[in-house]
Amino acid sequence: MTYPLESLTAHPPNLYPGYRSTVKRAPSRPLVIIPQTLSELTGPVFGHDSLREHDNDLTRQHAGEPLGERIIVSGRVLDENGRPVPNTLVEIWQANAAGRYIHVNDQHPAPLDPNFTGAGRCLTDAEGRYAFTTIKPGSYPWRNHPNAWRPAHIHFSLFGPSFLTRLVTQMYFPGDPLLPYDPMWNSVPDERARLRMMSSFDLETTVPEWALGYRFDIVLRGRDATPMEDPHHD
Amino acid sequence: MTQRLGITPSQTVGPFFAYALTPRGRYALSDLVSNNLVTDDAVGQRIRIEGRILDGDGEPVTDAMLEIWQADGEGRYPGSEPTLGNTRFRGFGRTECDADGRFVFETVKPGPVPGPEGTMQAPHLNVGIFARGILRRLFTRIYFGDEAANAGDPILALVPADRRGTLIARPVDAGRYALDIRLQGQDETVFFEA
Ligand SMILES: [Fe+2]
Repeated sequence: MTYPLESLTAHPPNLYPGYRSTVKRAPSRPLVIIPQTLSELTGPVFGHDSLREHDNDLTRQHAGEPLGERIIVSGRVLDENGRPVPNTLVEIWQANAAGRYIHVNDQHPAPLDPNFTGAGRCLTDAEGRYAFTTIKPGSYPWRNHPNAWRPAHIHFSLFGPSFLTRLVTQMYFPGDPLLPYDPMWNSVPDERARLRMMSSFDLETTVPEWALGYRFDIVLRGRDATPMEDPHHD
Repeated sequence: MTQRLGITPSQTVGPFFAYALTPRGRYALSDLVSNNLVTDDAVGQRIRIEGRILDGDGEPVTDAMLEIWQADGEGRYPGSEPTLGNTRFRGFGRTECDADGRFVFETVKPGPVPGPEGTMQAPHLNVGIFARGILRRLFTRIYFGDEAANAGDPILALVPADRRGTLIARPVDAGRYALDIRLQGQDETVFFEA
């Protein structure tokens, strides 16, 4: 059982000139298609020993509380067959509420928050569930084109069971007016696929008097479904 | 046939991943993985592999992240090989490039691993490259120039002969290898899809 190549049509192309940095970094030769061998079908495993308490609570990593709108981002990691992906590493990073990253190269003149790093990680549970407590990231300008602003987003990094299920993506927020102008969002050719990068507001995971809930399910590549037994329509 | 879900699309890692994915003690988070895969119980010859990532203008890519996934010196992938269950060798490394686009991994030289239809694959590292301007992970491999097994490798055989060299690291001296990765243009590295 292999991972079907057709699933990959959901991804953006390597070259998307609207996102300027792709122009000199996208391969110009076609990718060479290779069979899926043990090298591709295996992948790294991370254990609970890798993580510390509060690694998934970005509001409790410093002495005080970060400024901004407190949110809980939770969801499930699934494969294409709808099966949960358990015990897999999920890493996130994001700007603070003012739209500023703590990274040394971020020059946006918005304030840093001494109580916010903006990085978190966790392992999914047996049902593929994960949850992060954080604050809603702000939009920020970038120099891709005149007056370019990124919609609010949280960067996600996931592993899944093999080298081929590795995924780095971004989670967006519903109703963000910047989305139609964003080359990253628009680089995904299929609109239905694009919408899979958008979280949804969720009253059920909203904690009264405390934090808004957003749901974000992530679907990783999955192997061909087990062939069905000979169907008898009797 | 049950309806399959569509996958979540890839997006670039962007320029600001380091404090989460490669903190190296500079930020609040601890390092989960590093560019040093060597554990005291890892089986295999200790090696160092280094190179640069260059863009279509030959300029260094200073904000890329590389990941490698590899077998140990006896060709065993952690997680898939029960006999490796008790070792600390994880087979996975991650690093960012420096201001010259340079990367370095300290690891053990992998052994040959099974390939399709009973073949054997020459020793290799599986490599993922992420960066600003890279919308989905680029997938390549690094082979070793001093391995006779390269000639019979079933994956290298799928690559046009005049481009195979872009995948083969040059032995520099004992236990040291070098390979530059060119994202685009002259001598562009071969990238795979699987
Ligand atoms: Fe970002």
